[in-house]
Amino acid sequence: MEFSSPDPVRRIWRMMMKSLALATGLCLSATTALAQTPVLTVYAPDYFGSEWGPGPAIETAFEASCACDLQFVTGDVLPRLLLEGTRTEADAVIGLNTDVTKKARESGLFGIHGQDTSDLTMPIEWTDDTFLPFNWGQTAFIYDNTKMSNAPTSFDALLNAPDDLKIVIQDPRSSISGLALMLWIKSVYGDKSEEAWTKLAPKILTVTKGWSESYGMFTGGEADMVLSYTTSPAYHIIAEDDLTKSAAIFDEGHYFMVEVAGMIKGTDQPELAQSFMDFILTNDFQSIIPEGNWSFPAKLDSAELPEKFGLLNLPEKTLFYTEEEAAALRDAALDEWQRALSR
Amino acid sequence: MAARAQPLGASIWIGGASCALLLFLTLGTLGAIASRADWETGLGANDWTALRFTVFQAVLSATLSIGLAIPTARALARRQFWGRNALIMILGAPFILPVIVAILGIVSVYGGRGALSTLLGQMGLPPIDLYGLTGILLAHVFFNLPLATRLILQGWLAIPSEQFRLADSLSFRPADIQRHIEWPMLRNIVPPVFVVIFLICLTSFTVVLALGGGPKSTTIELAIYQAFKFDFDLGKAALLGVLQFGICGLAGVAMIWLRLPQGQGSGLDRALIRQDADTGFLRLLDGVILSLVATFLLAPLISIFGRGIFFITDLPELIWMSALRSLVMALSSTALCITMALGLSHLSLRLGRIGGIVEVSGFLVLSASPLVMGTGLFIFFFPFVRPSDMALPITVIVNAAMALPFVLATILPAIVQAYEQFGRLADSLGITGSARLIRVTLPRVRKTLGFGAGLSAALAMGDLGVVTLFGTGDATTLPLEMYRLMGAYRLDQASGAALLLLAISLTLFWIFDMIGRRNA
Repeated sequence: MEFSSPDPVRRIWRMMMKSLALATGLCLSATTALAQTPVLTVYAPDYFGSEWGPGPAIETAFEASCACDLQFVTGDVLPRLLLEGTRTEADAVIGLNTDVTKKARESGLFGIHGQDTSDLTMPIEWTDDTFLPFNWGQTAFIYDNTKMSNAPTSFDALLNAPDDLKIVIQDPRSSISGLALMLWIKSVYGDKSEEAWTKLAPKILTVTKGWSESYGMFTGGEADMVLSYTTSPAYHIIAEDDLTKSAAIFDEGHYFMVEVAGMIKGTDQPELAQSFMDFILTNDFQSIIPEGNWSFPAKLDSAELPEKFGLLNLPEKTLFYTEEEAAALRDAALDEWQRALSR
Repeated sequence: MAARAQPLGASIWIGGASCALLLFLTLGTLGAIASRADWETGLGANDWTALRFTVFQAVLSATLSIGLAIPTARALARRQFWGRNALIMILGAPFILPVIVAILGIVSVYGGRGALSTLLGQMGLPPIDLYGLTGILLAHVFFNLPLATRLILQGWLAIPSEQFRLADSLSFRPADIQRHIEWPMLRNIVPPVFVVIFLICLTSFTVVLALGGGPKSTTIELAIYQAFKFDFDLGKAALLGVLQFGICGLAGVAMIWLRLPQGQGSGLDRALIRQDADTGFLRLLDGVILSLVATFLLAPLISIFGRGIFFITDLPELIWMSALRSLVMALSSTALCITMALGLSHLSLRLGRIGGIVEVSGFLVLSASPLVMGTGLFIFFFPFVRPSDMALPITVIVNAAMALPFVLATILPAIVQAYEQFGRLADSLGITGSARLIRVTLPRVRKTLGFGAGLSAALAMGDLGVVTLFGTGDATTLPLEMYRLMGAYRLDQASGAALLLLAISLTLFWIFDMIGRRNA
């Protein structure tokens, strides 16, 4: 009997073949979508271009005046750019961080942004004419204020807290925020950084590859504090009406993180790319940032921020390394970090 | 004669092409990276520490997974109980979970403040100290025990029931059955399963870091990640990639060496009745083993289910669209994967004694770093096509290749057995080529093929792919959207999306598995 019943197998086969044909069709139809209007290609990190990031709103706002099609190509921006070199199809790039801009600058791919950066609303001065900041924030440890009444008010207090206070952080080798923490500690403790890490080590529950794992562990209740940003509570306050998350503000100051955009020198759409650069510091763009990227706009009067941003705890003092300083410190700081946490 | 050789030639040709594709995806992509490297730095002391730790945890994880899977599979093989099939199905779930979802699920149950620690606390016991080697092993067993169990169970169920009846009539004791029937089967089945799990754990990185507690648990894969993202040092990434393939090659050689050739003899394919195992003690033992394993695996799944179920109904439309896209991609991957697996199996049979090479080429894919593969593919493609147009097709192909080792490990023993049992008969009847494939081989291997297809489809649903460099437009997959939700603080919706992903994966798995079993 069994020799004569191949039908189900054939059916599976036909089904598979049909779905394969369907998939191929889908892919082909995607490639044939031709646009008459000029296309401006902007490389952006995944979170930026996603439906939940600021990308879609910025696209709509820019396309309202540019008579063009702004396309965000999301993914690993800098590695891709370095691999492509001058053959890149990018006209502009958005979402780089100052901790990696040195490498980006050395590629020689970027042109001059041409914007006046003398009156930005940032805690540091900005004179770079290649990379244009569009939003900023500071690293901070976030905690649940209903569970922790006496959150540390300084880095020293955190280091000297009892070891049953558990924090989760990100790995500087795989995460931008993890790298920022490493530089934050370096800027506070200098030569004594390794000691500081050694004191912090017993309180570090674990180190994760990216921010999402850490944050998930924190909201799941596994850790008391998570390395994130001073603006993180804004999401909970505004989107969830949840006032229980706060940033612990440290007397020593907080490390400054800024995201920048840049124009590709060899772009075949120089005018469009330039008008995108011109667009970045306008109110139309900047007003999307607070609730689109949950951070501070690079140039927007505090009066124009969402009202509830006023509820955020913010530090008095900002710590920052220029890209040159950060690049010079990085490798030694990483060794210290690795030694201290591997004991 | 020509008509006879041609269809058989076709399957060998498919096998050869599949082999070439695997080599391209692994060694080819590594070569592409090497071609762009500056070779500034070699491997340092940290890298050798990482290598030792990587191999150490992978061997330990695989040994534990297999050690637990053998009694579990045996219990499932010799017991029939209500809900057995459902249990086997659900036990497949951990393996197809996105890593980040699994980590959060594990932490919610086995973490220092998880459900189990709370329970222990109420009994006056200290909480679990999860982070460290414990966490790594626990997570790797959570992922791989179900897979190992399923693969070993296939071996148990493939033992002809005549052997057990003969044993019964010879008054074999359980120890005799173990020595004469089960041990030879395990010697044949376990080595490839061990190697597959070893390789999965070899390239593990997110789990190892998150549950390993920090940089003392650094694996080669993390070093590769660092070379790409932190240092942009392609030469070093390539060297580390070579190291991973080297370990894979050694593991493959060890497997071929350890493995006993199949010598199970043939039977009439009748249902398995195990009178030998009908003693009170063995029944209790099997019951305890199954309860423990099921509780261990199900607790995190229940936690994931409990979190996601409230949010699955109000997921945005975009998520459902991406789910549909992922579904189509998963089915395409499965079709490709099964075609390649059948071709490779035939090639392996044709090659006879050196057929193990085919399996090893499948293993290479497992030991390949997704980052190396993705970057290598990017270097190959970007001069010729828009990378974002290639993102989805490449994901389909890579997912098919990634599932191939599992599907091969599943169907190859069955195909070899079908060949040994019915090959001569089919030869003497002159049944060859596609007629032989459809009338002789496929009905023999249908069960395992259904399982393999299910596994492949489920895996392809969950895999984020290697295309992070390629960039996507609006055409995103469900796992990507889930990660995006997480990255945008929307953890609740992400848990809904994770549950949706899990539900679709399991349903796919169930459908294929059912089709394979029906009337079989």
